Amino acid sequence: MSLFTFSTAGIMLAVMALTTYFIRVTPMAVFHRKLENRWFKDFMFYIPFCVLAAMTFPDVIYSTKSLTSGVVATAVALIMSWRKRDLLTVAIGAVLAAVLVEYLKMVAF
Amino acid sequence: MVEETKKIKSVSSRRNSRRKATLRAMKWRRDKFNRRLREQVNDLLIVRRLPRLFKVMRRKSRKDQPQSDYTRGLLLGKSIGLGYVPVSFTFGLVAVQMGFDPWVAVFISLTNLASAGQFAGIRMIAGGAPAIELAMTTLVVNIRYFLMSLSLTQKIDPKMPTYKRCIMAFGVTDEIFALAAMEKEDVSFRFFTGLMTCPIVGWTLGTALGAFAAELMPAMVQACMGIALYCMFIAIIVPPSKTNKKIFYAILIASALSCMFKYVPGINQISQNGGGWSLILSAIGAASLCATFFKSDEVADEAERKEVAR
Repeated sequence: MSLFTFSTAGIMLAVMALTTYFIRVTPMAVFHRKLENRWFKDFMFYIPFCVLAAMTFPDVIYSTKSLTSGVVATAVALIMSWRKRDLLTVAIGAVLAAVLVEYLKMVAF
Repeated sequence: MVEETKKIKSVSSRRNSRRKATLRAMKWRRDKFNRRLREQVNDLLIVRRLPRLFKVMRRKSRKDQPQSDYTRGLLLGKSIGLGYVPVSFTFGLVAVQMGFDPWVAVFISLTNLASAGQFAGIRMIAGGAPAIELAMTTLVVNIRYFLMSLSLTQKIDPKMPTYKRCIMAFGVTDEIFALAAMEKEDVSFRFFTGLMTCPIVGWTLGTALGAFAAELMPAMVQACMGIALYCMFIAIIVPPSKTNKKIFYAILIASALSCMFKYVPGINQISQNGGGWSLILSAIGAASLCATFFKSDEVADEAERKEVAR
């Protein structure tokens, strides 16, 4: 049987959902005008790339079963995305690469 | 005399014109008959009918009509929605393995729509943390959505009513925001709702699939699914950095800062609880460095366009 159901974890689920929505909706509802500051505009241009990059590296190499497959899969993902493949193609390619490395390790050792 | 000749002439000319008219009518009738015959023959030959059929079909297909904003967003969001499926599938698997009811996992996905925040959240709930700690962790891990929402307010019509903004705010995720931010013009309400439709469906559906199929997957594949999330991030940031060197440097600086917070002893104390603070510090640090030292061409182009418009 499941430990956490709607009756046992309901308040926690509400807290999680409301906090997440609160973070998103506050700037949207409050800022109704466009800012003209050049530095701020540049900052906002770079933010998505920086957030995604900081989230990806270095955590990506630990996201599979072992470090070897993580590094190989990351390399595959980087090469595939450098060749402008689709999001899903890159994801599937990297997962397959990681599974292949794990399988080879299991067979070889 | 003169009048008589005129009369005769007019009579003859009238007769002539009448004759011409009848000739013309006959010719027209003959042509019509011929045309009909040809059409009937053509109708009998299916091969001859095909081009006309195609023309009708092409007129009926939607491709010739100008795309609405919603449809454009829907088509653009399709690949994000598909890409979310393996990630949310993983979330479903993990949540059920941690002891959550499958429907609770689906509910979390539907109400949060946040990858890292959800993983951190279920870890906290399973660990028995108090509600305030859960709220703080969610806040820190998801604080990037604050920055993204703030950035998005610069790309929407300042006159847009608040209720529409509240609906749009629900769909601010890393990937949706990234695609909306790449738009050349302002983001409309219809475009953004179209963009968020497929990802929401994909995210919820993937969680349900993962939660209900938790026992069916081989353990090795399960362990490797975690990388799918990061691959999507890579696939979003790498292609633009190929053409724009400044984006490339921004990514390098952010990654270097993030690695520093992870590996340098002393500083790495900061990335203990889910890495929320280290993420915020590296992202804000890298973006402010880049904004100070490299002026982005895109923003400059936009400023120029505005000046020309004035």
